[in-house]
Amino acid sequence: MIEVKDIHKTFGENEVLKGISATFKPGKNNLIIGGSGSGKTTLLKCIVGLHEPTKGEVFYDNQNFTEMHFSERVHIRKEIGMLFQNSALFDSMTVEQNIMFPLNLFTDQSKEEKLERANFCLERVNLKGKNKLYPSELSGGMKKRVGIARAISMQPKYLFVDEPNSGLDPLTSILIDELIAELTEEYNITTVVVTHDMNSVMGIGDHIIFLYNGQKWWEGTNHDIAHTDNKELNDFVFASKFMKAAREKL
Amino acid sequence: MFHTLGRYILLLRLSFKKPEKFTVYWAEVMREMNSQGVGSLGIIAIISVFIGAVATVQVAFQLSSPLVPQSIAGSISRDSTILEFSPTISALVLAGRIGSSIASQIGTMRVTEQIDALEIMGVNTPGYLISPKIISGVTMIPLLTVVSVLLGLSGGYIACIVSRDISPTDYVVGLRDSFKPVIVTVCAVKSIAFGFVITSVCSYFGFYTSGGALEVGQSATKGVVFSCIWILFADLIISSTIL
Repeated sequence: MIEVKDIHKTFGENEVLKGISATFKPGKNNLIIGGSGSGKTTLLKCIVGLHEPTKGEVFYDNQNFTEMHFSERVHIRKEIGMLFQNSALFDSMTVEQNIMFPLNLFTDQSKEEKLERANFCLERVNLKGKNKLYPSELSGGMKKRVGIARAISMQPKYLFVDEPNSGLDPLTSILIDELIAELTEEYNITTVVVTHDMNSVMGIGDHIIFLYNGQKWWEGTNHDIAHTDNKELNDFVFASKFMKAAREKL
Repeated sequence: MFHTLGRYILLLRLSFKKPEKFTVYWAEVMREMNSQGVGSLGIIAIISVFIGAVATVQVAFQLSSPLVPQSIAGSISRDSTILEFSPTISALVLAGRIGSSIASQIGTMRVTEQIDALEIMGVNTPGYLISPKIISGVTMIPLLTVVSVLLGLSGGYIACIVSRDISPTDYVVGLRDSFKPVIVTVCAVKSIAFGFVITSVCSYFGFYTSGGALEVGQSATKGVVFSCIWILFADLIISSTIL
């Protein structure tokens, strides 16, 4: 379980996050949604320690991550997997080397064991046999799936996903969402997804936080969204004519 | 300026923390040595032969007097090649070749979130990305300088054969005449210092890149420019201190 308590983040004079508190439970797809510039990615980066919050604390299973020194954070970071918006695969390494990289650094497994794990992860994301390809030889959707394979290679307790559907076609987006949901349930991972894709929200949103102007504006499930009277959330979710029409039919 | 210097020193301190796994770092060092050393051999060979040849021809021209023995041209060419041309000019060329590559490589990793990915995994990113480059720089650039000295002196010999300004025999006599071992020490110290400057300064600019492709290019340019300035500054300090 991850808890964030009263997180503030300021860049210069611009206060991006204004006291956000939330709890993300294991086995659930926790979604952070909001418009561009609402602070979604900044909140995610504060949670994983890429940004230090100006004020507030982050707890991983009741361990205060914010107060930990870099070396103390390493044991928690080994339990974190993250998929970045642009996948962030290492260009100089093959798919297989990308997946085996954390295993090489942090485990004492034999080469055969690491290879077996890499193959298992690739099979899990339906990319069996793509071991020797380089990131430049992969499509956007394949890169995302390799990113997920790398993220789960260390059997993480916490999975963070930043904009998993950006740049993908609707069908691939759904496949990625389903894969994230399956992995979350299968391994009881605490998953936090930052997105503004409404298909993801409606499809896998077990627990949704809506950020507006740097504040937590609304919290609920994908079922609650359809019936909320929160104006800002409605403006965001039902911005398109198609979504408005779909809501009226509900 | 003090802010930049402070950040540079802190980055270097982080770069030399105990590695997570020695074998992974060692593999990176080997990869960098191949890239920096073997990859730069061609350009170093070409410039060294030409610089040696040009230096010999010009010295011979300036000392064309019946009162000065022809072999002096060989001695002057040797000293200037070992003391200045090979370490400094090679370093300036390598700042362009290796330095820009380091800055743009690390800068691209920064803007494409690859460094963030490493940090999330718990990797000490300055250590993993920068220390292999510095270790490789302070070993391969001195070796490239040795190659440069040998080829530079060979270039001088070839120039003697081709131009006939001085005889090759006089040139060889000059090379062996009144040799002071301290110039080799100066050459070694310079090349090690330049190797450190090129790799660390360019890594610094690459590591603190923010933005996109434009900023990566700017970081590479800044890395090369600052490396060149520090190479010349270090050149003066080392020469005036040891000689």
